[in-house]
Amino acid sequence: MHSYVYRLNTLVTFAAVLLAVLCCAASFLDAFNSPSVRAHAEVIKVNRFRKQLSGNDEVSLTLNISMDLRSLFTWNTKQVFVFLAAEYETSKNSLNQISLWDYIIRDKDHAKFQAQVASKYPLIDQGSNLRGKKVEFVLHWHVMPSTGRMIVDKMALSKFYLPEAYT
Amino acid sequence: MGWIGGNLESIRSLQTKQALTQAVNLGLVVTSALILWRGLMCVTGTESPVVVVLSGSMEPGFQRGDILFLHMNQDPIRAGEIVVFNVDGKDIPIVHRVIEVHERQDTGEVDVLTKGDNNEEDDRLLYPYGQLWLQKHHITGRAIGVLPYVGWVTIIMNEKPVIKYLIIGALGLMIMTSKE
Repeated sequence: MHSYVYRLNTLVTFAAVLLAVLCCAASFLDAFNSPSVRAHAEVIKVNRFRKQLSGNDEVSLTLNISMDLRSLFTWNTKQVFVFLAAEYETSKNSLNQISLWDYIIRDKDHAKFQAQVASKYPLIDQGSNLRGKKVEFVLHWHVMPSTGRMIVDKMALSKFYLPEAYT
Repeated sequence: MGWIGGNLESIRSLQTKQALTQAVNLGLVVTSALILWRGLMCVTGTESPVVVVLSGSMEPGFQRGDILFLHMNQDPIRAGEIVVFNVDGKDIPIVHRVIEVHERQDTGEVDVLTKGDNNEEDDRLLYPYGQLWLQKHHITGRAIGVLPYVGWVTIIMNEKPVIKYLIIGALGLMIMTSKE
């Protein structure tokens, strides 16, 4: 009886070690992928620009976004989470990062596209500093693997000056 | 007669020796598991170096049963990071993505807003009533790696305690009865 338990134990242990090694290898091999991302974003229209009752500025934009993220995909990639953030500085905050639009890319075939999108989340400031404010659009991507380490990177795309007056 | 008695004596001492060895073995297994856990806590700087994903709010990136490896350091929190946070009044830690960051000019404090990739709305509904932002002290770690499926072991054990006791019993028995 003992020898059966022992054999089973050895087998399971060996399988687990092998799986662990394979997972590490899969994640390690991702490091050899040096992606080159091309992307572009510009504002087409300011849909709404107002001061909320709370006193915070709120902007809603329509953007033209194009990107080619195909080089991010390896055989260990489950998905790429990509989002466009507006980043700016105010006298109160040294950094404001606000995600305006995000998207989950499931496979390489859908990693190159061009789209006109209304901002999914409104740009809301902590205060009333957005009139004439210079905002930088930064594309962030989060490569989420089937197993192993997640890879994060970003790229500044363009700058935009918000209007001087509310709509 | 003396000869048999002597033999019995030696068998008995052999048995106590074996029992002692097995007790030491068991202790070794338990302590090395503890050392591993505490060591991970030191290296990663977070109280829970690994968490199991319990909900589908981050699908399809993280599925129920995936294990996440966490890390915590003094680096500022930035949009896009997947963080583990505790909200006041709830025991269960939540793993969601940061979608908004406001960092103060003077104090360097951050206001953070999170959202699950698979959720329609941001997490303000999960926060206590009236709380708009998470602060640094709510956040206990950021996810850096993922291992699929392994977490099902703990999910099953938590939901069916009988299986947990069976496994612990079987493992204990195996260690106790193993001979070198």
